[in-house]
Amino acid sequence: MTPVELFSEPFMQRALLAALFTGLAAPVIGTYLVQRRLALMGDGLGHVAVTGVAVGLLTGYSPTWTAVVVAILGAIAIEVVRERGNTNGDVALALLFYGGLAGGVLLTGLGGRRAAELQQYLFGSITTISDGDVVVTMVLAALVIVVGVGLSPQLFAVAQDPEFARVAGLRVRFYNLIVAVLAAVTVTVAMRTVGLLLVSALMVVPVATSQQLTRSFRATLVAAMALGTLASVGGLVISAFASYQATVAPGPTIVLLSLAGFVITWPLGVWLRHRARLRRPFADEAPDEHTVSDHDHDHGPGCGHVAVPHDDHVDYVHDGHRHAPHGTHYDEH
Amino acid sequence: MPVIEVQDGAVAISGRPVLRGIDLCVGRGEFVALMGANGSGKSTLVRALTGLRPLSRGAITLFGTPLEDFHEWHRIGFVPQRSGAASGVPASVREVVSSGRLTRRRLLRPLGATDRRAIDDAIELVGLGDRARDGVSTLSGGQQQRVLIARALAADPELFFLDEPTAGVDLPNQKVLTDALASLKERGATIVLVAHELGPLAALVERAVVMRDGRVAYDGEPIPDHAVHEPWLGEAHGHHHHARHESAHEHDHAPHVRSPLEGRP
Ligand SMILES: Nc1ncnc2c1ncn2[C@@H]1O[C@H](COP(=O)(O)OP(=O)(O)OP(=O)(O)O)[C@@H](O)[C@H]1O
Ligand SMILES: [Mg+2]
Ligand SMILES: [Zn+2]
Ligand SMILES: [Zn+2]
Ligand SMILES: [Zn+2]
Ligand SMILES: [Zn+2]
Repeated sequence: MTPVELFSEPFMQRALLAALFTGLAAPVIGTYLVQRRLALMGDGLGHVAVTGVAVGLLTGYSPTWTAVVVAILGAIAIEVVRERGNTNGDVALALLFYGGLAGGVLLTGLGGRRAAELQQYLFGSITTISDGDVVVTMVLAALVIVVGVGLSPQLFAVAQDPEFARVAGLRVRFYNLIVAVLAAVTVTVAMRTVGLLLVSALMVVPVATSQQLTRSFRATLVAAMALGTLASVGGLVISAFASYQATVAPGPTIVLLSLAGFVITWPLGVWLRHRARLRRPFADEAPDEHTVSDHDHDHGPGCGHVAVPHDDHVDYVHDGHRHAPHGTHYDEH
Repeated sequence: MPVIEVQDGAVAISGRPVLRGIDLCVGRGEFVALMGANGSGKSTLVRALTGLRPLSRGAITLFGTPLEDFHEWHRIGFVPQRSGAASGVPASVREVVSSGRLTRRRLLRPLGATDRRAIDDAIELVGLGDRARDGVSTLSGGQQQRVLIARALAADPELFFLDEPTAGVDLPNQKVLTDALASLKERGATIVLVAHELGPLAALVERAVVMRDGRVAYDGEPIPDHAVHEPWLGEAHGHHHHARHESAHEHDHAPHVRSPLEGRP
């Protein structure tokens, strides 16, 4: 099969659509989770959703819908525990984690279903996704994006400082619940793409990558959405091409591609932050002269030192100081 | 009509009484300094007044409306006691200050021209104009504190609660904040300020309320910072259980055992 043929196959087109929407939506809610320092909540919900899938397999209802319902219940439970239990929210999260996973495996066993069936939800099976599932994925993902981006000023304020938000008249509990429910929906949307065990990666890794390079929340959100889309569509395409040679599952490929993005941007981020610190003008300009002796060249464009525009002249950063030529000597700026 | 009225207010945290018998009446345009030792209940009182802590007894009215029915939150400005403004995701100074404007914005509407001007003015006022686009986590502690002040200023409030707004802020910037609060006051704003050291703000203070062990120990003319800890303060109220008070300061009897499902009161 040539690549052109491959990409004109209906199953491949369904997979591409699902990847596109999942990649766009997952980082939206991931950004709010990371902001709340709840990066692992997606994982917890993924584990809870396993029970939901098992309930579906057991009862004959669509596993997608039973997973949505159970994950939303789990999300509400986490939110309640977080609100009332203060410090030990993460412990409660962990309890839910294990309960969800164990429950799911147990239920699947009870129903006499083979583990393989649960596996396609655990590790994703984007290429076997049905027409109906694609539509559900697109609708739910669109919902997550519209609410997550539309309410971003409110959701941002609530996550940034819940107490201030409350005094500003925002219904904090309501917005927290929205985030929890959207997280649950996202988990089930991404379940078919990357699988429940890797769902959280698609929510969190693009955010971790984008915040290496950004300084504002909005930029982080937008960049994370772009990176998520790139990773999920790119990962799918890579795995499709690679499957000429070997069996390459799309789910893990997507996650690894996303992680590769992080690995590449991380040193870039370190370098950018370092540079930003150097470039920052010092608050107090107490000129402190130093002599020419410790300089082996005249600073200028391209001399290799960081140039910082400063009022009407340019300072150069070298050997731990900011160097400004002034007549026959140098000033410290 | 008083702006703040508290009648026999009491607050209990996890069943432990933290505030008791609070009677307070603050009129429009007053500048009140709320003082007292660590743990005396200043923040708890501010949190009760802003609706963050429910009263276990008594009643609070703001602008003549019982707190439960109060919804005009755009009239309230709040600077929480805090060590920083950072969170898990980068946020620019402008974005944090913008969230102060939410009380005056409607859902799903972009920022209007008035909003933008108010935000820019507030950032300029706290002297962070050149850092507006920088991430708050790259600012120093005192600068982050100024961001939180700007966030409260952005909404142009009539009643201002500041919980130790100048902690960690240098003297020149304390003066800037003093000027900002002075102009708010001229416009008729009411200000309740918690502080251990008033510094330049002392010039604005018209009334001092000193908390001790969850009660109002003194309410009257401004007093110097160090006088707050004098034992004679509050004697006038006639609560002569001093020995107990002193020991309550030394050790904290709050139980610290928590289970995941333990609720707040
Ligand atoms: N979240 C809480 N849980 C339990 N006890 C609390 C809590 N917050 C405050 N308290 C208790 O309430 C009392 C008053 O605390 P509060 O924070 O109001 O003091 P404060 O006067 O603001 O002190 P500081 O000068 O240190 O800010 C303290 O004894 C404290 O132990
Ligand atoms: Mg306090
Ligand atoms: Zn040079
Ligand atoms: Zn030099
Ligand atoms: Zn010189
Ligand atoms: Zn210079």
